[in-house]
Amino acid sequence: MSAGPPFSDAELNAWVDGRLDGERRAALDAWLADHPSHGRELEDWRRINESLRAAYEPTLNEAVPMRLRMAPPRLPSRQLAAMLGWLALGGVIGAAGGYRYGAHALQTSALPPAAIAATGQMDVVRRAAIAHAVYSPEQRHPVEVGADQEAHLVAWLSKRLGTPLRVPQLGAHGYHLMGGRLLAAEAGPGAQFMYETAKGERLTLYVSAQQAGDTGTGFRFAEEAGIAVFYWFDHGFAYALSGKSTRESLLPVAETVHRQLAP
Amino acid sequence: MSSPQALLAEIPRLRRYARALTGNPARADDLVQDTLERALGKWLLWRPGNLRAWLMTMMHNLFVNELRNTSAIEYRDEGDLPDVPVRARQTDGLELRDLDRALQALPAEQREVLLLVGLEELSYEAVARISGVPVGTVMSRLSRARARLRGLLTGAAPHPTTSAKPRLRVIK
Repeated sequence: MSAGPPFSDAELNAWVDGRLDGERRAALDAWLADHPSHGRELEDWRRINESLRAAYEPTLNEAVPMRLRMAPPRLPSRQLAAMLGWLALGGVIGAAGGYRYGAHALQTSALPPAAIAATGQMDVVRRAAIAHAVYSPEQRHPVEVGADQEAHLVAWLSKRLGTPLRVPQLGAHGYHLMGGRLLAAEAGPGAQFMYETAKGERLTLYVSAQQAGDTGTGFRFAEEAGIAVFYWFDHGFAYALSGKSTRESLLPVAETVHRQLAP
Repeated sequence: MSSPQALLAEIPRLRRYARALTGNPARADDLVQDTLERALGKWLLWRPGNLRAWLMTMMHNLFVNELRNTSAIEYRDEGDLPDVPVRARQTDGLELRDLDRALQALPAEQREVLLLVGLEELSYEAVARISGVPVGTVMSRLSRARARLRGLLTGAAPHPTTSAKPRLRVIK
């Protein structure tokens, strides 16, 4: 075992990255079969790639901070100014589009501005609406962990949020659990559970731990561009139920969620 | 590809890479902001090509300058690495903070190459251009980064591959 493998760094790395083809790949496969401990090492190298992508994937889905969309000019010019104006107007990029949902949603809600400013409610509605707008249209990857692994899903999200979570059952309303995902947010992690009817209508439930001082509230409602959001605060958690639905049809579902999650 | 919209569309990718590179969300966004400012400043000079590689190259240069301007704590000797593996076993997937910590224990030049290949999935040639070194150097940095990160994450000792320092080890 004292000699290294008869392959170059370039070949070993290319094998790990799935970029080694043809004869050399076959030769390395054969050599690894005869040298299993080397095989394990290269498999670990490959797993590092997977871990990196999984670990940092949430960053891709975060809302882009406003300061990055409004970078100040270093070299002012007419064209540059025009371009920056375009940036500041908020070109909709992925999750960042959700900012608009949140802002407008609150303008149309009945909350007095002071109440909005006093709590993190705007953040909650915004994050929930962003997450709904981003993930609910997904056909291939709507959730990170599917409902077939519900126990694992709940344990994982509970661990990441640092507190035990429960998943409401909404079958009485025709919604079955699809699964969930972890959402990264500046204020701390959140969890999203997604439900679907037989007709493919989707609801998402957003849950995050709140700052101390947020006491329980009743239901609050916000709506924008056809996405309805019921949200409330209870025992240190913020909840938001979002769907392309009406206030009337979403309310009974929100009541069921609230009832099931009440300690 | 030459509209500001294309630049905006790159921001999530830049943030992801910067997040992994710096191990710190606020520092990462500072780096992205500096990169975007420089990109906007140079925009009128830029010829359409590979926008992502162009941005990554600017981010590389800014990152390297930042390291030079602070103390060179990122570059460590082998002896400075933790004796105890960060995580003995992989159970439910790697924790983000464990991975962050292990990445930060790599020399910056190795971390950068590993992330550009493993996370950003760029070609070795593109990574060589971005980091301004020959492809051969990219490959040896990559091997060292992988061997060392594996050691940090699993506690496994590296094999004497072509790049790692030869060492005797009994394989059970």
